[in-house]
Amino acid sequence: MAGSQQLKAAIVSIALLVMFLLAWQVAVSGSGPTQTLDPEYAKLLGQTATQGKSAMPGPLDVGAKLWEHLRSPFYDNGPNDKGVGIQLAYSLARVLLGYGLAILLAVPLGFLIGMSPLMSRALDPFIQLLKPISPLAWMPLALYTIKDSNTSAIFVIFICSVWPMLLNTAFGVATVRKDWINVARTLELGTWRTAFKVILPAAAPTILTGMRISIGIAWLVIVAAEMLVGGTGIGYFVWNEWNNLSITNVIIAILLIGLVGMLLDQMMARLQRYVSYAD
Amino acid sequence: MTKKPLIRVEGLAKRFPEPRGKGMLTVFENLWFSVDPGEFVCIIGHSGCGKSTILNILAGLDRPTEGVVIVGEQALDGPSLDRAVIFQSHALMPWLSAERNIELGVASRHRDWSAARVKEHARRYLSLVHLEGAEAKKPAQLSGGMRQRVGIARALAVEPKILLMDEPFSALDALTRGSLQDEVLSIRRATDQTIFMITHDIDEAMLLADKIVLMTNGPRARIAEIVENTLPADRQRTEMHRHPNYYPLRNHLLEFLVTRSRELAGGVGAEKANYRSPPIVRPVAGETRANGPTDAPTTLVSQSTRSRPDPRRSRPAFPRLVARGDGRTAVLEGSGPPRRNRPFTETQPRGR
Repeated sequence: MAGSQQLKAAIVSIALLVMFLLAWQVAVSGSGPTQTLDPEYAKLLGQTATQGKSAMPGPLDVGAKLWEHLRSPFYDNGPNDKGVGIQLAYSLARVLLGYGLAILLAVPLGFLIGMSPLMSRALDPFIQLLKPISPLAWMPLALYTIKDSNTSAIFVIFICSVWPMLLNTAFGVATVRKDWINVARTLELGTWRTAFKVILPAAAPTILTGMRISIGIAWLVIVAAEMLVGGTGIGYFVWNEWNNLSITNVIIAILLIGLVGMLLDQMMARLQRYVSYAD
Repeated sequence: MTKKPLIRVEGLAKRFPEPRGKGMLTVFENLWFSVDPGEFVCIIGHSGCGKSTILNILAGLDRPTEGVVIVGEQALDGPSLDRAVIFQSHALMPWLSAERNIELGVASRHRDWSAARVKEHARRYLSLVHLEGAEAKKPAQLSGGMRQRVGIARALAVEPKILLMDEPFSALDALTRGSLQDEVLSIRRATDQTIFMITHDIDEAMLLADKIVLMTNGPRARIAEIVENTLPADRQRTEMHRHPNYYPLRNHLLEFLVTRSRELAGGVGAEKANYRSPPIVRPVAGETRANGPTDAPTTLVSQSTRSRPDPRRSRPAFPRLVARGDGRTAVLEGSGPPRRNRPFTETQPRGR
């Protein structure tokens, strides 16, 4: 039953994809020669003017270019021409670094806030104020104080991924069933054992939800941050290709950003399943 | 009593600040009782009389407003592995297997044990509650009864001095409850484990307990009396109702829960009660005897058991207990004539 449903869904998905690609191809294909011109002159004008071909690349152009990229993803011909694999690796490294630092701060601090109603109240105004700030608004301040564009980008990732993790950890810890805490107390587990053997596993699904939200936000923000700081990364690549007027490369970058984002999310989903428990 | 009590509860009270009020709301006060080693004590009372609070105080999870609990020679201070709790909602860690749940306590009790030894110990207790084969199962994969068995095994595995049970079987169906009660009975007979249990099930108390502490309704709940189980020690669930003491005991408890716990609510009769040694009642066939623990016995005669020869009535027709003797149990005098038509919902305490 479930298998056949899955198969049907896959068939519909593929059909939709084919329809979309066909529509795209038709929409961007040329309407034929618009006027008779001297061939030399027509060559200079380009196909957009002479053949009525859209400047928007079709799926075939994109596919061909993508294949080119995938065949040598890691070449490095100087600052303006790096393989798309290298650019993605730069972005991923920044995200993982900023995100890792955010975990190191948010999970212990969230634990503290969740365990202590006093700290929860004391820190609440700060969190409420800082949470809605667009991470990019921190960029000038980061550039001024850190004086390094790469580190600033990492900081921006850090600041945007810290909030969901912090709030979810605090919530998860604060809502651990009282019974389990009482069991830990009657079994004399002690503070550390209670924290690691009872509270952490009990709150893990909630914490992982926060981490999953955070990695999504971090991946969204890195593109924008790299557009600002420049130099390397997939965000820089997008903006650079826009300046090069290579819409094909922009589309390829969009596709790859989506793909990597999806993979990151799937990884977190898997982790989430691993720590979840049926109550 | 030649045995030294394992636990002594002295002058226990719990009060909460009244919401929006200036005063304090007294849940219960002036509780005095003791639990001897090897004894099975049940506490019965309606919701709101603070039974669970008493158990939590004994467990060290809650603190009394007044009074102390003395364990052995020391005043109780915080939870301890010597007082294991079986929670109403089993409270197993859902992310751990049945075995790992038990190991959690064992490893905490014996920090120097190897993992293999902890595991072996946990397995032994898992088989004590007849759960061989369920070691690797998570609580969600177990039935309600099996979960509670794991809870019992977890509590027993730390080898506590006393087992505290908070309505452990109330969430189970009747069949499972019965088999678990038998289980507790056989474990208790095998190990001589001291047990303190909260229940509102009279039959459960009669089957399991040696001593049944009756609480009046809250607020200002107190111990009305302590009933000794007059059924033979080797009683069986299927047989005990044939014993001549069964109905006197059952009627006495039921009548307390249905009528007297309410009449004594809110501190009625409290001024005359002897808190330190509440009357001890031994309902036997023919009459109900109450023994003052220190001086001349007070004899309580239950009209219901005297005037109604048919003891199989499960609900006494508003028996009126007449107190004779030193007046310690004078609370029963003013109960008035049989009030057949009085609705159960009446909550006004009947003053005298």
